[in-house]
Amino acid sequence: MNLVGSLFSSSIGRKILMAVTGVILVGFIIGHLVGNLQVFQDPDHLNGYGAFLHNLGPLLWVARIGLLVAVFIHIWVATVLTIENHAARQVKYGVKHTIRATLASRLMRWTGVVVLAFIVYHLAHFTFGYAQASTFKENIPHYFMAEQYRVAGFPVIDKGAEVLDLRTMVILGFQQPIVAVFYMIAVGLLSVHLLHGFDSMFQSIGWRSAKWAGALRKVTIAFCLAYFLANAAIPGAVLAGKLQPSEPARVAAHR
Amino acid sequence: MVAETKSKSLSITLRVWRQAGPAAPGGFVDYAAKNLSSDMSFLEMLDVVNDELTMKGEEPIAFAHDCREGICGTCSCMINGKPHGPGHGIATCQTYMRSFTDGDVIVVEPFRARAFPLIKDLVVDRSAFDKIIQAGGFISVRTGAAPDANSIPVPKPDADLAMDAAACIGCGACVAACKNASAMLFVAAKVSQLGLFPQGQPERDSRVLSMVGTMDSLGFGNCTNQYECSAACPKVISHDFIARMNRDYLRASVRATFKPASASAAGGGG
Repeated sequence: MNLVGSLFSSSIGRKILMAVTGVILVGFIIGHLVGNLQVFQDPDHLNGYGAFLHNLGPLLWVARIGLLVAVFIHIWVATVLTIENHAARQVKYGVKHTIRATLASRLMRWTGVVVLAFIVYHLAHFTFGYAQASTFKENIPHYFMAEQYRVAGFPVIDKGAEVLDLRTMVILGFQQPIVAVFYMIAVGLLSVHLLHGFDSMFQSIGWRSAKWAGALRKVTIAFCLAYFLANAAIPGAVLAGKLQPSEPARVAAHR
Repeated sequence: MVAETKSKSLSITLRVWRQAGPAAPGGFVDYAAKNLSSDMSFLEMLDVVNDELTMKGEEPIAFAHDCREGICGTCSCMINGKPHGPGHGIATCQTYMRSFTDGDVIVVEPFRARAFPLIKDLVVDRSAFDKIIQAGGFISVRTGAAPDANSIPVPKPDADLAMDAAACIGCGACVAACKNASAMLFVAAKVSQLGLFPQGQPERDSRVLSMVGTMDSLGFGNCTNQYECSAACPKVISHDFIARMNRDYLRASVRATFKPASASAAGGGG
């Protein structure tokens, strides 16, 4: 069997696909979080960053399609493996006993499904504007950049440029307590998902060993905790009133 | 003089899965086992219960056993939901009644996996493991007179690690403990024990590809990295071997795809 056949049809190959798409998705959520944390800075930052991503054009689509493919493979492999796993033990035990499997590892399926539902809502909310349409970025006044926005020292968005007011959209969205709490629960479940997935990736690819598994576990727990806290801080800060929409002087009249 | 015995007497209720044959309906049946010695092994307790059943004219409980010293891998069964019972790093035959307390209800079930079809009561057919071993094939060594000692240098850490893998007795506890009935720990141990030695190198790639392919075809589940297998293993074989096998499998798949092959030669294992 060739490499592609091995990856897609063997048990180990599928686990490797699970791990590789997991690495891609973890890389994405780290970048996504770092970008989002700019909400705590001047509105120029998040709004300039959003405009910069949008201006990438074809590159943005390459990233989007790449992520979609990774998500699709991750879910497809999980589904196939789960069906096979159920089939592998048709008669269940009378006594169910767990020796050491962690709670996070036993909840992967459920945390995964909730995170998928969250992703769908998140896209409908901030990308397509189906949810909370009145505060969608295209339906609120545009924002004028007070300063030039730079990425790695390169100027990418000019001073005075008219851009979408993402920061206000996010803040108005999270002023709804139900939405804010749902986001916090969803990132919490994603963190629980990663609590097993993060070091599990190393095992599937074959890099984990008892020599450094303890250190890897500590890094995993620290990463998941930091990821959760940093993510929850955004809706949390909005609910606490620490983040406010852009001042009227810096936005265009409503179209 | 002999030391005074610390043996105690205990009575337990045994709740055993009884099933007359592969297609027959099965269910749990309770048996009272009274006045047992705490120094009895679990299998001796089953022998005593079976003697009583035979005396009463009932069918004795069928269970697999052979060496009764923890090295053959024949004994199996789930005791209170754990393969080989409550102890760590021991097989059912080395589980003693002192592990239980007077009045306990002990639930005994066969190993459950599609790849291990039930034969009778607590006995399952584990010949799927033999098929995986057969798929591993041969290793290329010079036969004839015994070679000089140490003519092939083997680093001590590799020899030790290979020995850890070779400790696998093929009992199937890893499959029984895994919530997916995956055979990854067994196959990983068998793949690694040869893959760690210089003598195992010529067929290293073909061995892992063939053994994993056979494992997949036999209907075992997939690994979810929960490490229940190594926790239940009577030989405490590490799940590190699973990571090693994953790496070996990936490398072998890459080589199988890109490594040039002779157009004229046939045969051999490489």
